[in-house]
Amino acid sequence: MKETLIIAGFGGQGVLSMGKILAYSGVMQDYEVTWMPSYGPEMRGGTANVTVILSDQKISSPIAHEFDTAIILNQQSMEKFEPLVKPGGVLIYDTNGITRHPVRTDISVYAIDATAECARMGQARLFNTMILGGYLKVCPVVAMENVMVGLKKSLPERAWKSLPQNEEAIRHGGEIIRKIR
Amino acid sequence: MAEKEVKLMKGNEVIAYAAIRYGCDGYFGYPITPQSEVMETLMELKPWETTGMVVLQAESEISSINMVYGGASTGKRVMTSSSSPGISLMAEGLSYLAGAELPCLIINCQRGGPGLGTIQPSQGDYFQAVKGGGHGDYHLIVFAPNSVQEMHDHVAEAFDLAFKYRNPAMILADGAIGQMMEKVVLAPQRPRRTDAEIAAECGSWAALGKPADRKRNIVTSLELQSEKMEVINKRLQDKYKTLEENEVRYEALECDDAEYVIVAFGSSARICSATVEMARAEGLKVGLLRPITLYPFPTRQIADLAARGVKGFLSAELNAGQMVEDVRLAVNGLAPVEHYGRQGGMLFTPDEVLTALKEKLIKK
Repeated sequence: MKETLIIAGFGGQGVLSMGKILAYSGVMQDYEVTWMPSYGPEMRGGTANVTVILSDQKISSPIAHEFDTAIILNQQSMEKFEPLVKPGGVLIYDTNGITRHPVRTDISVYAIDATAECARMGQARLFNTMILGGYLKVCPVVAMENVMVGLKKSLPERAWKSLPQNEEAIRHGGEIIRKIR
Repeated sequence: MAEKEVKLMKGNEVIAYAAIRYGCDGYFGYPITPQSEVMETLMELKPWETTGMVVLQAESEISSINMVYGGASTGKRVMTSSSSPGISLMAEGLSYLAGAELPCLIINCQRGGPGLGTIQPSQGDYFQAVKGGGHGDYHLIVFAPNSVQEMHDHVAEAFDLAFKYRNPAMILADGAIGQMMEKVVLAPQRPRRTDAEIAAECGSWAALGKPADRKRNIVTSLELQSEKMEVINKRLQDKYKTLEENEVRYEALECDDAEYVIVAFGSSARICSATVEMARAEGLKVGLLRPITLYPFPTRQIADLAARGVKGFLSAELNAGQMVEDVRLAVNGLAPVEHYGRQGGMLFTPDEVLTALKEKLIKK
């Protein structure tokens, strides 16, 4: 098993945290894990992305030129990363603010309206766990009980009171993701 | 306290854990991206409440390195960390530490230069780390970790070598290794050395307070009589020769039957290990020689590969071509040596290195 994933969007969407939850979940499942963020000025309102690799073997390069899965959360990231999904790979995107939808036909494409759903619920902070839930529905790379431990481990103790809401968001994300092709 | 713990951690964070668990006595630093997590993590962990390790934010990098000089002069295990521009500010101190033969640890989590450059990863400080940085004939012992685990392990290894040879040691990392999170197994907590242990190990040279039964120990890099200074210079050179003979560390990946060898260190070696996998999958006999110590450099190991008939070497670095000079010296004309690099904080990908290898060497 080897999953090379890019999560890309705006700073503030919880891109890096989502990667961290997944990385911790991978550790719980005894996988080798790398979490390689974009960092620095990109985190302050501009684009942010993180490459997460989960593997049952030693991971050679933490840097990838193509990805099994891309989770794309803004238009700039769509331009940059849609071409880098491996043929046969998976592209998941939040439709909010997307002006040019994915065009490739050699990959599986899924859409999730998490921004809209979170706005409807008045819970913008659940955005990234909802997206994560959508991803895990499509690509169940880690068992859900490990995700719940990963979620707890990646949050500071003061945020543990929000764990039940986030667990529910992960479950709901799995319900609202839909296959485009 | 002797349990092994598996954690998910950034390279910079693990430096802090490794230093505390090694029994480090003091850290003196000044923040700079992309290594600020080293001191931030130390401040969070508050080792002064547990092991008694001092953690101090100095007013500048120049102060940091001179605090290191002071701490090291008393036989304490002390360290600092910074990133490229900050290391330049420390250059005078590095030379003085080498001249006074003071063991200590410096972390350079490199970013792109010259000048303030960029905050993204680079390996542009190879020359500075292995050829001097400061003035005079001296060398640092230089480690190049390629994983978060090695960031952890090299803290102990570098401190051990620094004290074995009474020489400053550097961990030359970069923003990629510093910011990346991976699994890491933490070493058990070791106690800091007692005054008696320090006196036994460093009593012949350190400033520990003069007892009645020995001469004063003087820690200095100054000697105004040329005849005496030359003796000191020769002693330093003898030490470097011993280091070169005994302390070279490297990793050879798929080199036994390799027709082409990539030489790369740190984060770029990690990327190039995937290049080797891709090349082998295409039936190309490509290997990777990874210097783990950049000084002393694995000159003999590279020379042996050239003598065995390797057809070409590619030095893949995140710079304009620095280590390639040392690879050329080692190969000594027996085979072509080319460089491939990215600059400005850009990383190369495994397939870019493979393309460069084909274009520069295999197709010729």
